[in-house]
Amino acid sequence: MGNGTSIGRVRGLGSAHEGSHGWWHHKISAGSNLILVLWFLISLALLPAYDSATLAAWIAQPLVAVPLILLVVSVFYHFHHGLTVVIEDYQHDHTRFVLLLLLKYFTIATATLAIFSILKVAFTAGAAL
Amino acid sequence: MANVRNSARPLSPHLSIWKWGPSMAVSITHRATGSGMATVGTILFVWWLSALASGPAAYAAFVDLFTLSSGKLNIVGYVFGIGLTLSFFQHMASGVRHLFLDAGANFELKANKRTALATYFVAVILTAGFWAFLLEKSNG
Ligand code: HEM
Ligand code: HEM
Repeated sequence: MGNGTSIGRVRGLGSAHEGSHGWWHHKISAGSNLILVLWFLISLALLPAYDSATLAAWIAQPLVAVPLILLVVSVFYHFHHGLTVVIEDYQHDHTRFVLLLLLKYFTIATATLAIFSILKVAFTAGAAL
Repeated sequence: MANVRNSARPLSPHLSIWKWGPSMAVSITHRATGSGMATVGTILFVWWLSALASGPAAYAAFVDLFTLSSGKLNIVGYVFGIGLTLSFFQHMASGVRHLFLDAGANFELKANKRTALATYFVAVILTAGFWAFLLEKSNG
């Protein structure tokens, strides 16, 4: 490993052994996003009303709460990977590290809030809040 | 310093020297729609869910931001609603096209250009259909 050009520094090191794995996971999540987000949009469009009681009763069904949680896992995993690639393409110094860290905090915080909210609605729908 | 570029060396020419074409436009719209949904879309989605989980009063306050007193969407509601659905259908169409490219298909120039343009048509038609359905329903 030399100290010269970028290509000179990486020649002979071989593969990083992580590229195709992240790439493949991203493709899997693209497929599950396709199914889950279409299901979500069509189901929303078909609901009779959008007041909180109707929505809570809808989310309380197991076959709605579970796909919704799967949607959060799939979409958030997908956009975490996607935004990581975008940041890596445009940021090259310490800002890259900071932005990647903020992205991780953002993804984990929003995903936890989303899943907690789905579960709370599912377990308390109909009860006085 | 391993992570510092030698600024005496030229970068490969980027955006400025290329003639725009549909596949280039689709590539950058895929990135823009994905990043837009990941930020704006995520915040609205999580806000919606947590408002719902916080009870009817919190939910009414959330809905109030996007609707008129008649219950119909206001301008903010339409901008975010149509913006996010159009972004999604565009990203979906170019995402599915991308999966075919990943499998090694559709690199013939003519077909590649045609499917690039098709993603925009598909996105606009699906978005218009989705909103036509919603408005039709709410108008009885
Ligand atoms: C039908 C559902 C979806 C499909 C089929 C899909 C497909 C894809 C594909 C194939 C890529 C990789 C592009 C590449 O390698 O250059 C990608 C990137 C990305 N997606 Fe999605 N996606 C979907 C939904 C979503 C949603 C709902 C979000 C956000 C909440 C999202 C955010 C992103 C982001 C941020 C990127 C990275 C963009 C880039 O690197 O240019 N995607 N998507
Ligand atoms: C207006 C013109 C351009 C647009 C809209 C554009 C857009 C993009 C986008 C969205 C990506 C991410 C794609 C992905 O993640 O698979 C990308 C990656 C890339 N672009 Fe461009 N680009 C343009 C011009 C160019 C030019 C002129 C070059 C080189 C001379 C170039 C070289 C690259 C490279 C090397 C990557 C990284 C590919 C990878 O990591 O897979 N781009 N570009």
